[in-house]
Amino acid sequence: MKERIIGRVKRVNGPVLIVKDIKDAMMMEMVNVGEQRLVGEVVKLYDGLATVQVYEDATALKPGDNVYGTGMSLSVELGPGLIGTIYDGIQRPLEHLMEASGAFMARGLSFDAIDHAKLWHFTPSLKIGDTVKAGSILGVVAETNMIEHRIMVSPHITEGVIASIAGEGGYTVEQTIATIARGDGTQVEVSMMQRWPIRVGRPVADRRPLSVPLITGLRVIDTLFPIAKGGTVAIPGGFGTGKTMTQHSIAQWCDADLIVYIGCGERGNEMTDVLREFPQLIDPRTGHSLMERTILIANTSNMPVSAREASIYTGITMAEYYRDQGYHVAIMADSTSRWAEALRELSGRMEEMPAEEGFPAYLPTRIAQFYERAGLMQNLNGTTGSVSVIGAVSPPGGDFSEPVTQHTRRFVRCFWGLDRQLASARHYPAISWLDSYSEYLVDVANWWQERSDGSWHESRERIMDLLQREVRLQQIVKLVGPDALPDTQNFILEICSLFKAAFLQQNAFDEVDRYCPPEKQVKMLNAILAYWQRGSEAIAKGVPMVKIRRLKAVQEMARMRLSVPNDELEQIDRIQLRLERSIDQIGGIYEH
Amino acid sequence: MNTKAQTILAQGDRRLLSGREYRGASRIDGPLVYMRNTHPIGYGELVEVVASDGSTRFGQVLDTSDEVVVVQVFEGTDGLSMPDTRMRFMGEPLSLAVSEEMLGRVMDGLGKSRDGSTAIAGSVERDVNGEPMNPTAREYPRDFIQTGISVIDGMTTLIQGQKLPIFSGNGLDHNHLAAQIARQAKVLGGDSEFCIVFAAMGVKYDVARFFIDSFEETGVLDNVALFLSLADDPSIERTITPKTALTLAEHLAFDKGKHVLVIMTDMTNYCESLREIATMRGEIPSRKGYPGYLYSNLAELYERSGKIGGRPGSITQLPILTMPNDDISHPVPDLTGYITEGQIVFDRSMQARGIYPPINCLPSLSRLMKDGIGEGMTRSDHPHLANQLFASYSHVKDVQNLASVIGEEELTTLDQQYLEFGTFFENRFVKQGFDEERSIDETLDLAWEALSKLPAEELQRLTDEEIAEHYGK
Ligand SMILES: Nc1ncnc2c1ncn2[C@@H]1O[C@H](COP(=O)(O)OP(=O)(O)OP(=O)(O)O)[C@@H](O)[C@H]1O
Ligand SMILES: [Mg+2]
Repeated sequence: MKERIIGRVKRVNGPVLIVKDIKDAMMMEMVNVGEQRLVGEVVKLYDGLATVQVYEDATALKPGDNVYGTGMSLSVELGPGLIGTIYDGIQRPLEHLMEASGAFMARGLSFDAIDHAKLWHFTPSLKIGDTVKAGSILGVVAETNMIEHRIMVSPHITEGVIASIAGEGGYTVEQTIATIARGDGTQVEVSMMQRWPIRVGRPVADRRPLSVPLITGLRVIDTLFPIAKGGTVAIPGGFGTGKTMTQHSIAQWCDADLIVYIGCGERGNEMTDVLREFPQLIDPRTGHSLMERTILIANTSNMPVSAREASIYTGITMAEYYRDQGYHVAIMADSTSRWAEALRELSGRMEEMPAEEGFPAYLPTRIAQFYERAGLMQNLNGTTGSVSVIGAVSPPGGDFSEPVTQHTRRFVRCFWGLDRQLASARHYPAISWLDSYSEYLVDVANWWQERSDGSWHESRERIMDLLQREVRLQQIVKLVGPDALPDTQNFILEICSLFKAAFLQQNAFDEVDRYCPPEKQVKMLNAILAYWQRGSEAIAKGVPMVKIRRLKAVQEMARMRLSVPNDELEQIDRIQLRLERSIDQIGGIYEH
Repeated sequence: MNTKAQTILAQGDRRLLSGREYRGASRIDGPLVYMRNTHPIGYGELVEVVASDGSTRFGQVLDTSDEVVVVQVFEGTDGLSMPDTRMRFMGEPLSLAVSEEMLGRVMDGLGKSRDGSTAIAGSVERDVNGEPMNPTAREYPRDFIQTGISVIDGMTTLIQGQKLPIFSGNGLDHNHLAAQIARQAKVLGGDSEFCIVFAAMGVKYDVARFFIDSFEETGVLDNVALFLSLADDPSIERTITPKTALTLAEHLAFDKGKHVLVIMTDMTNYCESLREIATMRGEIPSRKGYPGYLYSNLAELYERSGKIGGRPGSITQLPILTMPNDDISHPVPDLTGYITEGQIVFDRSMQARGIYPPINCLPSLSRLMKDGIGEGMTRSDHPHLANQLFASYSHVKDVQNLASVIGEEELTTLDQQYLEFGTFFENRFVKQGFDEERSIDETLDLAWEALSKLPAEELQRLTDEEIAEHYGK
């Protein structure tokens, strides 16, 4: 096939090229530049010129180099074989890159994203004569032990009748597994692989209201600031406050069916850590390795900045594809600030007018577009699936008033603000209970009420109220010392400090503590509130607070997150009972 | 003519044209020289710039187009004139001929001999920009380096292959600390021979002298390669110095299997030089005038550390930076902290109180310590012990604040115990001598001694067994 030259390089300014002699280049067309065939994308067309963004290091590109068109938009391959793979920002499998160029990444290499030669065992679920429409599930492939891959009719094919369909057996993703006869008499061949442009959301039938929480196993999140399946959340925090750890924990233990983890402009070793750890971790719900439900994208901070810009779209497109199959997908983007900075750098090189802090004026639009692709959807094929987005934000200087944090806040409904002081005191996760909020509380309240004998909502309100009162009391203590407060108020400080140590803190490295099931969260919260209740009553009777806080059962309560295994929750009831009894006992002495 | 023939011709042209000389700059602005009417020049290409007196300097192409090529000259543009400046475009990016022979030598920022002895003949040519390491090729670093410094080993443990910067301030003792680490670093029971690559950017001669003397005293100078681009060298040279140094480090670590410790000082000067170029080119600045790509640019340096699966060597980075105004939220420390695997933060008030090393452990962090400490690596009580020290010391800070308001006498007994713990911690655990080397056991025992100033009930991060074994002993 003759290659189509769309133009020649006129200027090279880092990853941004100006290309001249443009005739038929298309907007957003994927191109190859120079004899090294570096991958790029047309981002602007004007006056016979094009601006092209290259996804690889531009060294040695020069004026006059040919630019070859590919005739299609920057797209990803979708089909069985995605899960368990680690990709760069433009869906090149890093394992293959390593085989081809060793430990350091060479340029100009291209690979299929999924193995085109591998045989997958396909089982048809439709037969000849069945009518199909966009998204219809033709059959299934067991992609991993955990994920049944549902082979769908492409969204481009709106309607038709199955003219032929493959029998059960092994097929590659390139082979035709069905032919569909369309109303206009034409026939289309369908394989197990689709291509989809990354910057375009995949169509759905309808958006559904959210109602089920995405359980993360992190108490401060699930109990205080829950996120719903299909929801969006931002985790802003200065360096070292725990964004990555929080996202790793969620990727490991949350109850989504599939995880897409995007390392967007962050550290190489963090991705190595995931690659090393995930295959060994066992999903408590299915008993299989976590890698069997995970897709990784690693476009680390030292990899080309334009591929970093593309990486989050690559990730969310794959997430949408599994959503279309009826799965609940959670995507973590660490960090969206690096993505925004990539936008800023590219925009600067294109000499666009900057708005705030050098960011382009379209920054908020791009952020909104990204988060809008999340949601709980009624898919074209009638299944329900969701994409939840958990985006880390890295504000310069840890200052939340900067543009990326501020704009992200406008488009997400849940906010887990990380606090530098908590992190310094090694209170992890350092999610501030004062700055954070969740707008999903109402949406998920029913779910929790059903699992807590109707206590969740009120318990949560009570503890939040105590935490607010603590702030005011602490201000007084700072001036006069805790001894100046009456025991009734000192007890609030005591309860809050216990709640922080025993409930809010959670050790990601502890075998038991790293995942806390909802039932345990409910019991722990209620036990602490029972302590508050009984303790307050006793203090009202004149029992000195020191007597109460020294009780052995209080110490036990402080350790229950670590000491009570997740399948022996009745231990918490027993601790609570012992505590209530001990308080009653002391109370008895003071009553007379 | 078909495309293939065109390609061959184009490549042939290039070979003929590379090295071709042009005379006459169209503009000179700071470190940048603009040249018109050249053959097509590659982005990032190496340029030899010849001044009217025949002396040569090196430069790199920053922007190239049909009309004009923008060259950044590393040795600065002093003495260049528009009509007489000649340029040779070398057809390939700036490279460094690396070899083990560079250990024991003093070089400039471009790797040219600076010690007056013979020229340095490298054996392998390497692009100084390096290539990104494939994350799948990395091996997660987990070998504990004993620095002999309690607050580091105990609380912000350094791991072989880590990038752990020192956030310091002008006039603070970071040089002593870096030299002490370089002297004392060892991997227990492992291959502990480190060689050192030292890059100085814009620091004064006496700082370089201090390090050279310190290496000489301990007899390791033969194992040190020094790349010096000092305060009176052209500012632009600083932008290439760390790249040159890391290129050698990569060769030593990944081709020769050595464990390399890279000390880079002062990263703030490096960033300032980048800002200068950016401003000169009229780029849109982000915070405090630094270019928007500062993060990526720093990452391209800091990420050149670590280990590769199946290969023996490692690169451990110890960058030093001075925080302008002691402000940790300044873009240089801030962006560094976002890239490196933790940070060691200096505190001026501790130095004023005579505490060396003046490390404030609360904002300090080692992200890799979790996998490098504990049973079989340091000691089984280490993880909980470190946690407890952080928690207790952070409470000390609250108590100190309270004491300054209501007076020490008004504090509860418990809080007074905290103050006592704090004093012991700072003056005995953190504070140590320039030459004092403590084993990890000594460090951990000292930590227990400090914590024993507190009632055992306060030690909630430690298990009952650990307390039974070590508390008050
Ligand atoms: N839940 C946790 N449990 C235990 N340790 C934690 C937890 N969260 C954070 N940490 C500690 O804090 C360190 C920094 O956390 P993390 O890498 O997640 O920060 P970050 O916010 O992603 O920083 P950056 O923006 O620089 O990437 C970790 O290496 C770990 O030591
Ligand atoms: Mg992080």
